[in-house]
Amino acid sequence: MRAASAVLRIVPLSVGGGLFVTTVALSLSALIFGAFVASLGVDPFGVFATIYKAAFGSWFSWQNTLSRAAPLILAALCVALPARLGLVIIGGEGAILLGGLAAAVAGIHLAGLPAIVGTPALLVAGATVGGLWIGFCGVMRSYRGVNETISSLLLVYLAVTIFDHLVDGPLRDLSNVNFPSTHPIDENFKIGNIPGADMHWGLVVGCLACLAAALYMRVTPQGFAMRIAGGNPRAALALGLPVGRMVIVVCLVGGAAAGLAGALEVAAVQGRASGALHVGYGFMGILVAFLARHNPLAVIAAAILTGGIAASSGLLQRVYDLPDATAIVLQGIVFLSILTCETLYGRAGALFRWMMPGPTSRERA
Amino acid sequence: MGRDEAALQVSALSKRFGDVVALKDADLHLATGSFHALLGENGAGKSTLARCVIGLVQPDAGRIEIDARERRIGSPKEAHDWGVGMVHQHFSLVPNMTVAENLVTSKFTGSWIIDWRREVRDLDDFCSRMPFTVDLSAPVSSLAAGEKQKVEILKQLFLGHHILILDEPTSVLTLEEADELFGMLRQRTQRGELSVLLITHKLREVFKFAEVVSVLRRGQVVARGSVQEFTSDDLAHHMVGESGLPTVVARENKTAGRTGIQVRDLVVRSDKGIDAVKGADLTVRSGEIVGVAGVSGNGQRELLEVLAGQRQATTGSVEVHGARYHATRHEMLEHGVFFLPEEPLRTASVASMTLAENLAFRGFDQPPLCRRRWVLSRDRMKSRARDLVARYRIKAANVDVPIEQLSGGNVQRTVLARELSAGVQVLVASNPCFGLDVGAVAEIHSQIMAARNRGAAVLMVSEDLDELMALSDRIIVMFEGRFVHEVAAADADLQVIGRHMTGGHHATTS
Ligand SMILES: Nc1ncnc2c1ncn2[C@@H]1O[C@H](COP(=O)(O)OP(=O)(O)OP(=O)(O)O)[C@@H](O)[C@H]1O
Ligand SMILES: [Mg+2]
Repeated sequence: MRAASAVLRIVPLSVGGGLFVTTVALSLSALIFGAFVASLGVDPFGVFATIYKAAFGSWFSWQNTLSRAAPLILAALCVALPARLGLVIIGGEGAILLGGLAAAVAGIHLAGLPAIVGTPALLVAGATVGGLWIGFCGVMRSYRGVNETISSLLLVYLAVTIFDHLVDGPLRDLSNVNFPSTHPIDENFKIGNIPGADMHWGLVVGCLACLAAALYMRVTPQGFAMRIAGGNPRAALALGLPVGRMVIVVCLVGGAAAGLAGALEVAAVQGRASGALHVGYGFMGILVAFLARHNPLAVIAAAILTGGIAASSGLLQRVYDLPDATAIVLQGIVFLSILTCETLYGRAGALFRWMMPGPTSRERA
Repeated sequence: MGRDEAALQVSALSKRFGDVVALKDADLHLATGSFHALLGENGAGKSTLARCVIGLVQPDAGRIEIDARERRIGSPKEAHDWGVGMVHQHFSLVPNMTVAENLVTSKFTGSWIIDWRREVRDLDDFCSRMPFTVDLSAPVSSLAAGEKQKVEILKQLFLGHHILILDEPTSVLTLEEADELFGMLRQRTQRGELSVLLITHKLREVFKFAEVVSVLRRGQVVARGSVQEFTSDDLAHHMVGESGLPTVVARENKTAGRTGIQVRDLVVRSDKGIDAVKGADLTVRSGEIVGVAGVSGNGQRELLEVLAGQRQATTGSVEVHGARYHATRHEMLEHGVFFLPEEPLRTASVASMTLAENLAFRGFDQPPLCRRRWVLSRDRMKSRARDLVARYRIKAANVDVPIEQLSGGNVQRTVLARELSAGVQVLVASNPCFGLDVGAVAEIHSQIMAARNRGAAVLMVSEDLDELMALSDRIIVMFEGRFVHEVAAADADLQVIGRHMTGGHHATTS
C-alpha cells in the first residue's frame, strides 16, 4: 500500500519544472499513441489532426469539449485537493453517483418549491452526500490509519451497489420502462444553459471552484498550513497543526466537489438519476488531476484537454474506423506517461537535468 | 608506499549555484593513506567540494584526479568504480528497507538475482569485524539519527572503497563511538589501505585523529598544513576570518521557578511496537536547563516526539505550566513551547518551500503575518524573513530559495531563528548543534543560555556530553527507556555518567 502511494506521488516542483515534466509526458504520450495507431495501419498525423478538429476545430466542437470538461473539473478537484495533503483519493466516482442520487431525491421531494430554493437545495444535497462519502475515508485515515487510496476505491463498489439497488428498487420510476432510473426532478429546478451556448452552468461552477481553491491555497493561512502538512506531516505535527482534522476536512471538501459534479449532471443534463451517471467521470478526474499536477488552476486546462480527447472519439470512429476505445487508450497512455515522467524526474534525475539546465531540486544521493 | 602520492587531487575547482559562489578555485591534496580534515564555516563549500568529487554535482571549472589520473565523475556510480565513497551529511538510506537490505542493495553489482542467504552471511561476518553493531533486520526508518549514521559508515566500509569522504559523520555519535570509529579508520589509513577526507566542525576530532588539515572559507582553501602546525584558535580564526567568535552568554545565578514541563509515568511505544520509554517521570522548572544524556536509541527520540506532538504516548501524561498538554498549536502559542529538533530538514522544515515560508511556520496564522485571519501577507512574511536572515546570519542567495538548497548548517540556523525569535517559555532541544560550525555552536549555546536566563524551562537531549556539562543545570541519564541517574551538573562526574549510559548502574545498584 505504501508503495502504491509512493508511485502515485507528484513531486512538488516550481511552476517551470512542473510545466516541463508535463510537456515531456505529453510528448511521450503523443509518440506512443502515434505508434499505436500506426500499428493499426492508420496515418498518425491524420489522427492528430482529426482529434484537434473534433475537439477544438470549431465553436461547435469547443462546446462539445467544454460540456465534457465540466464534470471532469469538479471530479478532478476530488483528487487534487486531498493530494495537497499527500493523500491519494481515487474514489471520486462513488461520491459522484451518490451525490447525483441525493440531488435527484431532493429534486423529487422538494417539488413545488420555488426554483430559487429548490435548485440550491438540490446542489447542496449532492455536495453534502459526496462530502460525507469521501470524508469517511478521511476519518478512517485519521483515526485508524486506513489507507485512503484503498478505502476510497473499495467504497466505489459499495456506492455502485447502493446506487443500483435504490435506482432499480425503492426509488425506481416504473413509468420509465427503457432503463432503470429515478423519477424526474421538478422541471423548475433544472439548470439551464449559459446564454448563447450549448453548455450548462456547471462549467462556470467548476471554474469558480478551482479559482476559489487556488486562492485558498495561495492566500489564506489555512491554505499555507495545508502546504506545510502536505510537504512534511512530521513538521506540521511539531508545529501543533491539527493534521488529522485537516485530512478529514480536505476529504470532505474534495468529496463535496465530486458530489456537486453528480448533482449538476442530474440538475442540468439528465433530469433524473440513472446509470448515465455511472460513466467514469470520477476515474477520468484522476487523470485530469495528475495531468494538472494537482494544481487547481491547471485542472481547468487539463480537463479541457481530456474532454477534447473524449469528444474526438466519435469522429475517429467514423473517419478512420478506429475502435471506440481509442480515446480511452490515449487517455491511459497519457496517465502512464505522466506517472513515468514524475517518477523519472525524481530518480533518473541525471537525464532530466541534462535536458533542463538549472536544476530546481538539490541533487542528493 | 609513497606517502605524498595523491589519492585525490582537486585543483582550482569552482562551482556557482546561480548567484551563490560555493567554490572558487579550491585546491585539495589528499595523500594516499592520510587522514585529512576539512574545516570551514557553515556554507563555506565543504559539502559542495565533496559532492563534486563523488559526482553528485558537476563543477564549473577545475580538475579532479584520483590515483593520479584525471577523472570526470558524472555520477556516484562512477565514483564508486574508482573506489571513492562518501557518507553524507543528510542521510541517504532507503527508510522502508532494513539495514541489511540497504547494505546489500548498495553494492552496484548490476546482477539480476540476489542470493540473500549468502549476502546476509557475508554481512554478519563483516559486521563482526566492525567496532559497533546495528540490528541488521531493523527498518532504517525506525533508527535514531545516531544509529543511521553508523549504518551509513558501515555501508561505505562494506563497499570496500579506498577513498572515503565523511561529511560530518559523528555529529550524533557518542564520544566513545566516534573514537572507536575513527580509531578503526585511522588504523586502516596507517596500513595504507584507505585515505580519509573528514569534513567536521569538531576540533577535538581533528587534533586527535587527523594528520593534515585544510580550511575552506567562502569557497577557497585559506589554510592547509599538518595538524601540529595549528592551535585550535588558529583554526577557528582561519574559519571565521576577521569577524571572530561570539562570546558565550554566562549562566546567571537564579533559583528555578515554577514548573515548566511535568512528565508523569510516560510510556511510549516505538515504531517497532516495543516500549521505548518505560515509565518516565520528569520535571523541568522555568529558569533551568535539564540535560538528558544517553546513547542514541534508548528512548530519547520517542520521548521528545511525544513532547513535540509527533507521537502518541501509550499511558502517562504531560503537563506544561500545570495544565494538560496535547501539543496543539493553541497550547504551544499560549505556553510559548518551541522545539529545536535533530535533522531539522526532515523533522521541522518543508524542503520544497522557500526560506521565507519556512521561517514563517510559527507565526503565519497570527498578526502581523496574517490579517483579519484570512489573508496571509507575503510581503510581511518576506520582510520578516530578511530581518531574521540578517539577525541569525543565515547564508542564502535570497529568501525565496527553497530551503533544501541551503547548506546543512544554514537549515539548522533557519529553524533556530524561527524557534528562538518568539517568546520562548518552554524549549525542547535535541542535539541542537548537530552540524554547526564553531561560531554557530557558541551562538546557539548563548541563545539557549539566554532563554534560560530569561526564565525558560529547557529540556535538552544531546549526545555530546561536553555540551550537556556546559549548559545543563541538571543532568539525567536515560538508559533503555528509563531515567537511571540524576545529578546536578556542578557535581556531575563524566565517568559515572558514562557508566550509567551503558547500563553500568545494574552492577552498582544490585
Ligand atoms: N543545489 C544548490 N543550489 C543552490 N545553492 C546551493 C546548492 N548547494 C549548495 N548551495 C549553496 O552553496 C553554499 C555552500 O554550501 P555547502 O553545502 O557546500 O556548505 P558546507 O560548507 O557544507 O556547510 P555546512 O557546514 O553548513 O554543511 C551555500 O551557500 C549553499 O546555500
Ligand atoms: Mg555541508
